[in-house]
Formats: sequence, C-alpha cells, structure tokens
Amino acid sequence: MNETLTEHILEVEEVVMAFGGLMALINLNFQVKKGMIKAIIGPNGAGKTTLFNVITGTFPPTEGAVRFKRQSIERLKAHEIAKLGISRTFQTVELFTNMSVLENVMVGCHTRTRSSFIASGFRLPQVKRKEAQIRSKAMEVLEFIGLTDRSEESADSLPLGDRKILEIGRALATEPELVCLDEPAAGLNETETQAAADLIKRIKEKGITILLVEHDMKVVMDISDEIMVLNYGEKIAEGIPEEIQNNHKVIEAYLGGEEDYA
Amino acid sequence: MLRIRKLPIIGFALFIIVFPWIAGTIPAIGNYPDLMIFAGIYCLITIGLSLLMGYAGQISLGQAAFYGIGAYVSAILTVHFGLSPWFCMVIGMLIASAVAVLVGVPSLKLRGHYLAMATLAFGIIVFIVFNEEIEWTGGPDGISGIPGLSLFGFEFDTVLKYYYLVWFLVFAAFIFTINVIQSRSGRALRAIHISEAASSAMGVNVSRFKIMVFVYSAILASLAGSLYAHYLNFINPSTFDLFFSIKLLIMIALGGMHEVWGAIVGAFLVTFLSFEWLHFFEEFEVIVYGIILLLVTIFLPHGLVGIPGIVKGWFRR
Ligand SMILES: Nc1ncnc2c1ncn2[C@@H]1O[C@H](COP(=O)(O)OP(=O)(O)OP(=O)(O)O)[C@@H](O)[C@H]1O
Ligand SMILES: [Mg+2]
Repeated sequence: MNETLTEHILEVEEVVMAFGGLMALINLNFQVKKGMIKAIIGPNGAGKTTLFNVITGTFPPTEGAVRFKRQSIERLKAHEIAKLGISRTFQTVELFTNMSVLENVMVGCHTRTRSSFIASGFRLPQVKRKEAQIRSKAMEVLEFIGLTDRSEESADSLPLGDRKILEIGRALATEPELVCLDEPAAGLNETETQAAADLIKRIKEKGITILLVEHDMKVVMDISDEIMVLNYGEKIAEGIPEEIQNNHKVIEAYLGGEEDYA
Repeated sequence: MLRIRKLPIIGFALFIIVFPWIAGTIPAIGNYPDLMIFAGIYCLITIGLSLLMGYAGQISLGQAAFYGIGAYVSAILTVHFGLSPWFCMVIGMLIASAVAVLVGVPSLKLRGHYLAMATLAFGIIVFIVFNEEIEWTGGPDGISGIPGLSLFGFEFDTVLKYYYLVWFLVFAAFIFTINVIQSRSGRALRAIHISEAASSAMGVNVSRFKIMVFVYSAILASLAGSLYAHYLNFINPSTFDLFFSIKLLIMIALGGMHEVWGAIVGAFLVTFLSFEWLHFFEEFEVIVYGIILLLVTIFLPHGLVGIPGIVKGWFRR
C-alpha cells in the first residue's frame, strides 16, 4: 500500500475517561487512517460521545494520550483543537438558533480568519474584505451541502434533516482534516438518511477523514471503511464491515442491549 | 442575516441634532436637553451592557461600579492632582478595563452565572470603597469642584455644548458596537450565547471573547462616569449603588436586550421616567419599576423594540 494512505491521522493510546466512579472509557487504543471513514458503534452509554468529547477537547481524558498528526492534543482546549483541524457535530443538534443558515456556516469560518474586535469596530477596509471572503466561502459550503436556497432562513426553521446537514456544513467550514460526526442520521427518515450518507461519502472524496458514530447499521455498513465496536467503554471488536457483522461478541453486545439495531 | 439598517440611525442622528432647537421653542420641554445628556450618558452604559448581555448572554450586576470608577478616577485625579480631564478619562477607562479583567477572568472561565455573582459582590465592594475611603473619595459627602471639559480652548460649559459632546460619543459607541455585531467577533459573541460547546468546536476562544466584551462594557461605563462627573462637577457614592446597576438592567430589558437599539430606547425611557414622569411616586418608584419590568418580561420578551415585529406578525396572519 501507498505510504500516505496508511498514515495514521489520529492515534488514541490507553485513554481512560472516568466520571467520578463511572468509567466511560477504559484503556482505549485505536488509530484512524488518513482519508478513511471509521465508524464507532456500540449500545447506548458505550462511551461513543464521550470519546468524541475527549478527541475534540471538551474535556481532557483522565489518562492516556490522543495524537493528531503526531502531535499530542489531549491537553489542548477545544478551540485549539478546532484550529489544528478537527471538527465535529453534536448528537443533539447544537446549531446557533439565533442566526441564519448562512451565519451558522460563517461562524464555522471563524478559526480560518483573523480580524480583531477593534478593527471590526472601526470597520477597517481589511475587515470588509474579510467579511466578503467569509461570506463567499460560507456560500461555497452551502452549495456543497445543498442548502443554498435556504441561506437567509433562520437555522431554527429548518427541518431536522436539514439541521443535521447544516451542522455538518458548519463543521466543514472550519476546513478540518478530521470530522467527528455524532449520529448524523438519528431521527431522520429514509430519504434524509440517504442524503446524509451521500454527503458523508462526498466529504470523504474531498480527502477529509471521518469518524462516524451511528446507530443506523445500514448506513454504517454501507459507507465505513473500518468499524470499531465499543461496549461499556471498552473496545470489543475492530475491523472491516464484513468482519464486524459476523463477530459473535458484537452480536452478543447488541442482543444484550435494550434495542434492536440490526 | 443580521443587518442593521442605516436609515433609522441617520434619522435618529438628525433628531438628536435638531432636538435642542425644538425644545428651545416649547417652554414645557425646555429642560429636556439637560435630561437628554443623562439619557446619553446612560446610553453609553447600556450599549455596552446590551452587547454583553443581549448578544453574548453574560449577566453583569455590577455595571454601576465601572460607572463609578470612571467618575471617581476623573474626579480624584483632576481635583487632587490637577491632571487634564481628558487624560483622566483615559486613565479611568484603563483602570476599569484592568478591574474588569481581574473580576472577569476567574468568573468567565467557568460556565454558568458566575459573572452575575462576582459582579454583584464587586459592585457592593466598590460602593463601600467609595463611602469609606474618605481621604480620597470624600466618603458619603462625595467630591465637589470637579472641572468641566474643554478642548483646545473651547469650553463645554453650556448644556447645549455638553449635549453635543455626549451625543457625539454615544453615536461613536453605537456605530462601533453595530460594526462589531456585524462582524466575525459579533457572530462569535452571538454563538457563545446559544452554545459554548458548539462555539468552541468552531474554534471560538470562548473565555477570551467573554472577557473582551466584558472589558468593552466596562470601558463604556467608565467613559459615561467621567462624562457624568465633569458635567455635574460633583459626585457622591449614592449615584453608583446597586440600585443603579439594577436600573441599567431594567433599561435594557425594557428597551429590548437583543438589539442595540433597545439599549437606547430603554435608556431614554428610564431617564425620562425617573426624572420627569415618575416623580410623584417618590419612594414607590422602585415598585413601579418592578411592575414595569414584570409586564415587559411577560408581554414583551424582546422589549419595546420587539413591538414592530409583533405588529408585523399580526398583519401576516
Ligand atoms: N459529562 C458527563 N458526566 C458524567 N457522566 C457522563 C458524562 N458524559 C457521559 N457520561 C456517562 O458516560 C457513559 C457514556 O456516555 P456516552 O454519552 O459517551 O455514551 P454513548 O455511547 O454516546 O451513548 P448513546 O448511544 O446513547 O449516545 C454514560 O454512562 C454516561 O452517563
Ligand atoms: Mg452518544
């Protein structure tokens, strides 16, 4: 295989996340290859969202290391990690409901632009120029995710499917190399789910690596290159979709759960 | 898309420019330009507070303290040290910023309403200092003999001249603030208001922006305080008590917190209410404010500037 293809963009090493006595992640080790879609699945409470929170700097892990492009990031703040090139969406959509669709994406451009509070206050020429740049970049992102016609609408007014898509767009506006998508298809109908899956594939085609948490097994099996299974904070399996589908530990973990994900 | 229209601003500016002449011809409102100086001074504070509270979603219950810091720094440095008032004004703003950083950094790094608590305590402490540091502040008697303002030999020694000075500064602050709101920084502040988690995931340095906007609100309050001191030539602590901080909140709640216009409408209304229209309530004034605030929060959650939106809503139906 080509050297660049096998390069690990993210390495998680012996990560432990404890909330008081509750162990949400236990000695977790895994790597993500650049340019891949890696899915993380597991029953409710397995620690998937917690893992995203650790990777994106919501809170530091209790123990262990997280490396992004060989750089340790486990003690960095969320905004610093965003700047390095990791972005995310949230399981419960966290759009800026006080803004338009376009403005939401424009906030995503925040980290790739500079313009100070004071310069903005005086509306210096360079600020105007940058605003125009941010706007056109945000429009490009809207074009990519297919929400151009709704750019001026309030983010709040969109149907759930589009809100989830917009959240992905906002994450893309940060120009990430790795995006963490937390259940992008949850609550969506079949057409919306298909649209989300297609979008994720197109993001991959742009060369962006994707970490995907998703309960919809059809989506996961369809688009993932690799799957990791978490259960009670521990990795119980990892491999290509075919291997995971036939793994008895995985089947057991899911059958033991309250819901049927098959 | 958030766009603040220029036309109303120009209209308002024209109104402010011609108002003293109109008032001059109508004896019943002959004293209004004087009141409008106070309204303008309050506008400076509420504009900053609106950015802090309405846009960034952070609560300050101690804004009167920054107002007081500006007034006392100006008063003490001019009266005791004979320094230039303009220079003292800048020193006041620098001290207010430094204090805002000291108060803001520990409380704004945490999520939740720690700033409200910290500023409440801070306001009370500053008020005590004004009362107790008699050697410098004159204690409850305050400081008198504060010089007026002059620029290159031009004295701002009449109501009219001071009126234009104050309103020039209000417009400067207003436009600066509007520019900030319509920029990357403004979007970051509005984003923080809704979700700190999402903002920081987008690369917004949440605590830095919160501190910045808090410092900005402190600077404007301090400037207002200096203008107050140089206008009245006399200050005492009672102007800068907790009730005034609350009154500022009433102003922006009444006018509408989510638009800078609300800060201006609210400051105007409360100024005229308290100096002119609510006089006969005397000690019951506080209760009247309480009732007004209650009615506004229930029936006009977006304040008075929200009314056009409500009316438009009726017509659409
Ligand atoms: N901030 C927190 N404080 C305390 N406990 C937490 C916190 N976040 C998560 N947990 C706990 O950690 C465990 C893992 O939760 P997590 O949200 O990561 O699960 P998940 O795999 O994302 O589940 P789901 O599929 O339901 O989204 C749960 O027991 C949860 O209650
Ligand atoms: Mg989750």
